[in-house]
Amino acid sequence: MSAQEVRLCGLLLQEHFGEVVEKVGTHLLKSGAQNLRMLIHETGISLDLVKKSLCVLVQHGACVFTSGRKGPGSPTEYRTGCDRILRILRYPRYIYTAKTLYGDTGELIIEELLQRGHMTMSSTVKTVADRLTQNMEEGRSMDYNEVSNAFSKLVETHFLQRCPPMVKARPKDSATPAAPLIPGAPAAPVSTPLPTPESFPDCYKVPHVTLAGRGKRQLSSEDGDDQKNAKKAKMDSQTHGDEGICWQVNFERFHLHFRDQAIISAVANKLDQTSSEIVRTMLRMSEVTTSPTATCTKPLSANEIFRSLPTSYNILRPILDQYLTLLVDDPMEFVGKAGESGGGMYVVNMHRALANLARATLESVVQERFGSRSARIFRLLLRKRHLEQKQVEDFAMIPAKEAKDMLYTLLSQNLVQLQEIPKTPDYAPSRTFYLYTVNQLPTARMLLQNCYKTVANLIERRLYESKESKRLLEKSQRIEAILASLQASGAEPEQLTEVEEMITAPEKQQLEALRLHINKLDSAENQVDETIFLIESYVSSTASTS
Amino acid sequence: MAGRGRGVGAFTFNIEALGIGRGSMPDARVGPNPLFPNIDFKPVPLKRGEEEEYMLALKQEMRGTMQQLPHHIKFPNNKAEVERYTERYLKQSQIDDANWTPDWNFLPKELMPQKKKPLVKPGPKKKTVKISQKDSEAMLSKLDELAKKDDGNPEKSDEETEKKKGNEEEEEEIEAEEYEEEDVEEENDYIDSYFDNGEEFGAGSDENMDAEATY
Repeated sequence: MSAQEVRLCGLLLQEHFGEVVEKVGTHLLKSGAQNLRMLIHETGISLDLVKKSLCVLVQHGACVFTSGRKGPGSPTEYRTGCDRILRILRYPRYIYTAKTLYGDTGELIIEELLQRGHMTMSSTVKTVADRLTQNMEEGRSMDYNEVSNAFSKLVETHFLQRCPPMVKARPKDSATPAAPLIPGAPAAPVSTPLPTPESFPDCYKVPHVTLAGRGKRQLSSEDGDDQKNAKKAKMDSQTHGDEGICWQVNFERFHLHFRDQAIISAVANKLDQTSSEIVRTMLRMSEVTTSPTATCTKPLSANEIFRSLPTSYNILRPILDQYLTLLVDDPMEFVGKAGESGGGMYVVNMHRALANLARATLESVVQERFGSRSARIFRLLLRKRHLEQKQVEDFAMIPAKEAKDMLYTLLSQNLVQLQEIPKTPDYAPSRTFYLYTVNQLPTARMLLQNCYKTVANLIERRLYESKESKRLLEKSQRIEAILASLQASGAEPEQLTEVEEMITAPEKQQLEALRLHINKLDSAENQVDETIFLIESYVSSTASTS
Repeated sequence: MAGRGRGVGAFTFNIEALGIGRGSMPDARVGPNPLFPNIDFKPVPLKRGEEEEYMLALKQEMRGTMQQLPHHIKFPNNKAEVERYTERYLKQSQIDDANWTPDWNFLPKELMPQKKKPLVKPGPKKKTVKISQKDSEAMLSKLDELAKKDDGNPEKSDEETEKKKGNEEEEEEIEAEEYEEEDVEEENDYIDSYFDNGEEFGAGSDENMDAEATY
């Protein structure tokens, strides 16, 4: 993990879990696996706070612990990785996706789970039902059953999964009651490496939960934040039969969904809506049969695709064949032909598609930063692999002086590499070929690092902006609070306007400008993350094929 | 490269052959790059749309909520000189802090809060520690009644039992705490000595000498 990643992780941790967790987290990131004693010594934070922050990190899956790495009886070691912490950046997208797929209920379930790291099904269902009831009109409420159905659906489609049970290192744990541990889970041997959630057979099995009733509306509607609801959920202490089974969000599954969506929308942009629907159908058909890391989907015959197409599209068989041929011939290579049987066998080339999308991203970065003519040189080098300076000038049809300038700028930015090939062993420049080339993978990695840096800078800027006008923000918050309490107590309108006027017009303007800036910065963070996702998937796909 | 004059003929070949003529070399660099350099091309505007707006709202809401959850830990050094109005909210959030009891089945035993905590945790926790089991039960039932009225703190019983469990690791932890205190002292010493040296720094430093020499 790079310095940029650690910096970004630190900022994310600080924003979401506070300074203490940030200190502990970045220390763990920088120094690798460490035990509690070392951690306290090296960070200089009090024992209690370190323990708490480790609890928070483990609760949110950002930290894993193993014991007995250096022989039996050695202290528990804690380890964390950038990957999981960087996911915080993508939280809005997970929630939004859940909303588009499963409506408001799904949205709230994912939101709650992301906020709290992991929860049992019963408490999630209760909290969500309470929150939904809160937003409904008076006299109506949300049934627990409805929410549990949505929950089960999310589990069935693997968007949620069980947290892996803790590996018991020492058998003499008399302090924990043995019963509430997950029934039927295999006793994992101590020596196994970290268990992945998928390695447990019950990973996607919904326990039988006895939950009846409806979401409760809070009586004191003064501040309706969910925290009180959570407290309430804890208060009624009857058991629901799922104690000890906690659920977490399965990020991998979301990423597969994002990847498929990226491919579909790319096809829609490149060709047309109909072809994107064909690709969507192909992806949906192979969702179950293809492993997440496969280079391409299992071959599908044209007949099968035709049968699975939703009838509403009105695509006739000959037209489908034409579309498929078109997709195969497209230089983006999203769809490939795997054979002739069954009217032609077709696959979706996942990894090729990701590589091509990443390439397109690189090209557009060069285009937006250095202009379209530099982008022409960049594309030329991508296509022709190695070119001499003279050839670049000729092929790109750009005057020599300008082409040289652009090429050197790209070279200095590390977007283009230079390869020397001497004719004689002395590397004399007059007898050496200088070949320019673009290496897609390293360049993509560099861009990824730049993206991390960008997001970190955006966050830093946002913190700076809000720090600058901290006084103003506090004032407006206070006035809002006063207004709310006045309204609740039924004050007269004159009184309200009087309080409102405590914020002067220029202050209002300032606040408005600040809001605009912060929105822009936040939005930019979200959108940079889309690029990060694409390049991350590309980089990890190359790692799994080689 | 011995025997060659300084700065002359640094290359063994004709530079012209590389296409670098006189005047085509870039200017020498003076100083570091500017912090906010001018860019040749304006950045493309951000995507705007319903989806983006919604994600933006989600992001801001998420951030706001996460900062109010007990998972958000701050340094407990809020001893401000002047008591401010906002202090009241801070206290509120600190009380919430104590309310979070994780599922210890998923966490290592050593992370459980210990029984004795004289320094770190003021307020409700400290009280419950001293009360004996029997008293606390009576107290709890009373508290439960109170909780129904004004939303009290229901988790005390959980914490109580967990603290009992933590007994085993206690010794180790106390040791750790002692260790820690030493640490703090050492740091203070270091800082003091650093300040002593700092006063003399201005007069005899290298920088000043250099400056004089150039005049």
